Amino acid sequence: MAEAFKFELVSPERLLVSEQVESVVIPGAEGEMTVLAHHAPVMTTIKPGVVTVKAASGGEERYVVFGGFADIVPSGCTLLAESAVAVKDVDRADLARRIQEAREDAADAKDDQVRSKAEQFLSQLTTLEGAILPA
Amino acid sequence: MPSLKDLRNRIASVKATQKITKAMQMVAAAKLRRAQEAAEAARPYSERMGSVLANITQAIGGGGDAPALMTGTGKDDVHLLVVCTAERGLCGGFNSQIARLARDHIRRLLADGKQVKIICVGKKGFDILRRDYASMIIDRVDLREVKTLGFVNADAIAKKVIHLFNEGGFDICTLFYSQFKSVISQIPTAQQIIPAGLASAPAEAVDGGSAVYEYEPEPGEILADLIPRNISVQVFRALLENAAGEMGAKMSAMDNATRNAGEMINKLSITYNRQRQAQITKELIEIISGAEAL
Repeated sequence: MAEAFKFELVSPERLLVSEQVESVVIPGAEGEMTVLAHHAPVMTTIKPGVVTVKAASGGEERYVVFGGFADIVPSGCTLLAESAVAVKDVDRADLARRIQEAREDAADAKDDQVRSKAEQFLSQLTTLEGAILPA
Repeated sequence: MPSLKDLRNRIASVKATQKITKAMQMVAAAKLRRAQEAAEAARPYSERMGSVLANITQAIGGGGDAPALMTGTGKDDVHLLVVCTAERGLCGGFNSQIARLARDHIRRLLADGKQVKIICVGKKGFDILRRDYASMIIDRVDLREVKTLGFVNADAIAKKVIHLFNEGGFDICTLFYSQFKSVISQIPTAQQIIPAGLASAPAEAVDGGSAVYEYEPEPGEILADLIPRNISVQVFRALLENAAGEMGAKMSAMDNATRNAGEMINKLSITYNRQRQAQITKELIEIISGAEAL
């Protein structure tokens, strides 16, 4: 059994998870990464995606996060998510609304830089929708 | 001297008022508990955010690539005040305390020849500030319809502020709210959020000590992402503190009102009893002296 470390998932409204876990998969801005115990210190922003938490007790939980960042140190990992919900509680309508908003943002972006950013965000959201829909 | 009937009516009306204030006090107490829980639940996030931010600024070391939101525009000509108050009155001096602090601040700024812009969050602050500084209020945010304060609400306000900043609308932004100290004491506070005053950030990093972090993407980029988020968090915290403070102030104000009503009822009852007694005595005297005359 892999060594456990402390993982915390925090949203502005509350502390969602604070427990000993075996591994966590984080949708980092530059690619997904799996965090195990004794990970080198990394700080990364995260994109909208699914966080998979494998608890030390054996269970596996999946959470949907919409942006945020992760602070990883050898002794633990803290994920500050802008908004986080367990996959089973995801509100489809809410997700659809976010996609709609992102689409509008992309449509009325003024310069190319803003537009490419908005489009990137939109594609991340649609990927996310695709990832959780069969669940 | 009011008649017995008048007195009876007055006692009844004060009693009705007392019932209302009592009910309001109990509602405020229940809401206060909820608001306090919400404020407590939000604390871990803002704490972690603070430590991460301190960490990352340390890494950058105040280098040139820090975003403008943090370093400011280098001027302090135009000030933006975000004044957060409650949506409803009947909570003692809560709203006027915040408004007074803001007004003092405005007066000082104007005396220094600065330009002032105001964003009002909450109806009461708008009502108070409108009297003197109507021309400076550029926007108001109404949270009246909001049942439970969410991060979304704070985020919307922060986005507005940041948008204005990017357009060069102001140089320095200060947030006015009431810090929740205890049920009976709320401290009106002014907090500068743009440029982010990081002087108070703890020097030593948490957990890993002075561990060398890897950054993904570059620190500057993370920071650019982080700072706006931090502003949202600050606004959110201010709103939550305000919500708790409002309920605390309302509770003690209503408690006072209930007690005052009780005192008033006592006094009125004594007058009522005395007058009734006097009337009975008077009638007795009339009967007795009538009998004696026979």
